[in-house]
Amino acid sequence: MMEIENLAAGYHAAPVLHDVSFTVPAGKIVAVLGANGAGKTTLLRTLSGLIPATAGRILYDGVDLRGHKVERMVRRGIAHVPEGRGVITELTVDENLRLGGLWRKPRPSLDDIYDLFPPLAQRRDRPGHQLSGGERQMLAIGRALAAGPRLLLLDEPSLGLAPKVTAQIMSLLRDLRDRTGLAVLLVEQNVRSALSVADEALVLALGRVVARGAAADLRDDAELRHAYLGF
Amino acid sequence: MDRFVYLTFDGLSRGAIYAAFALALVLIWRAARIVNFAQGAMAIATVYAGYSVSTATGSYWLGFAVAIIGGLVLGATVERVVMRFVDHSSPLNGVVVALGLVLIIQGVLGMIYGDDYQPAAAPFSRDAFEVGGVALLSRYDLFVFAAVGAVVVLLTLLFRRTPTGLRMRAAAFAPDVSRLLGVPVGGMLTLGWALAAATGSLAGMLVIPTELGLHPNAMDLLFISAFTAAVVGGLDSPIGAVVGGVVVGLLLSYVSGYLGATVAPMAVLILLVVVLLGRPDGLFARSKVRTA
Repeated sequence: MMEIENLAAGYHAAPVLHDVSFTVPAGKIVAVLGANGAGKTTLLRTLSGLIPATAGRILYDGVDLRGHKVERMVRRGIAHVPEGRGVITELTVDENLRLGGLWRKPRPSLDDIYDLFPPLAQRRDRPGHQLSGGERQMLAIGRALAAGPRLLLLDEPSLGLAPKVTAQIMSLLRDLRDRTGLAVLLVEQNVRSALSVADEALVLALGRVVARGAAADLRDDAELRHAYLGF
Repeated sequence: MDRFVYLTFDGLSRGAIYAAFALALVLIWRAARIVNFAQGAMAIATVYAGYSVSTATGSYWLGFAVAIIGGLVLGATVERVVMRFVDHSSPLNGVVVALGLVLIIQGVLGMIYGDDYQPAAAPFSRDAFEVGGVALLSRYDLFVFAAVGAVVVLLTLLFRRTPTGLRMRAAAFAPDVSRLLGVPVGGMLTLGWALAAATGSLAGMLVIPTELGLHPNAMDLLFISAFTAAVVGGLDSPIGAVVGGVVVGLLLSYVSGYLGATVAPMAVLILLVVVLLGRPDGLFARSKVRTA
């Protein structure tokens, strides 16, 4: 579904990503692992066009997305949940969710999203800043799902969340993949929970891919775990 | 007492105009985090255009429409052609560019129309009805209330009830997140400038018949009053702008009524300084600063 070939990117004069290549197959969860500063967030922001790529290709259904407008990505079926959740805290829960589906004609019903996240249904008219961390993460994911994506780019969903909430979100991703064929590119620092749901994984270190393979193989590779993943 | 009632109604009528102009400043502040110091000059340019059409065609309403539509076009143009290319890393850059626009617009208007006050007729009588011997409101005052009320209602409906309004609010609060959700952020900014400038043009059309007439600098005092109103309201709050407009209108009316018209501009500046020193976020602003 998405093939990244020899991608390079960075902020101004400081390159962050070097020669990154990997594939996100349709209906699979691919985890991007690595330490702080490895370039994980930069990778996602480059894929959705927030940061221009300086070299390489981002093939999506065979079309190179490089240079495409960020605003158009969601129309292609790519939804990006940014780091720090990206809930617009001044808007209500319902407004945030509606915003997610606004580009679609006809506008989608939000009932499915509320069914998926019952706590949000009870807080429809609350402004985002009154939500707990877990509720904000649900809202950010729910808003991305309202856009009807085929590929979800998810940046650190476990950040600042209790282990129980993290586990719920991971099982939701697994469920969406199995039920709807959603592909997920999951950036995580929480290696264990990411590998628990991912089909495939890659490890970034200083902006380069240092390991790639089936999630189970990476989990069993003791040397790799010690060197890059810290457990 | 009669005098107090008269001054109160007069203040409300002025206040409505200040409210509209303050609303224009707030619209741009919310969308772009710029105080548009060129708002007055942009407005007077469209008011000149409107009155030129009125004079040529004999129809006030045709000129009125030209001024409002001119505001939409001028606002969109200023954003697309000028403001979009300003480096907004320092807020000063936008201010300097806006002040440059003021000089250009007022200079061009002076070249075309000259430096004399030109009379500008009101579409309705400005003679106040008397109720029980007290002069209260004129037809023109009622027109002012209706026009400003209509704009407030329309803008509220736009922002609260329509998908475009939701997009505009989202784009203003969180541009990057909005882009990821498919919101054309640049387009929303242009639309915000267009609506703000049109609201400014409306305020200009309403205020000019109550002043000395048309002049390239005729909006300067209105700008200061409306800026004060917007600051009193907290710059971020449309409701605050309306309340601030009324507060400033009443203040100006009472001060000029009881202390003399020459003291009035000073009273506005004193209010501005007091609010900036005491409550710089305005009387209605939420004190919470956005963090994410």
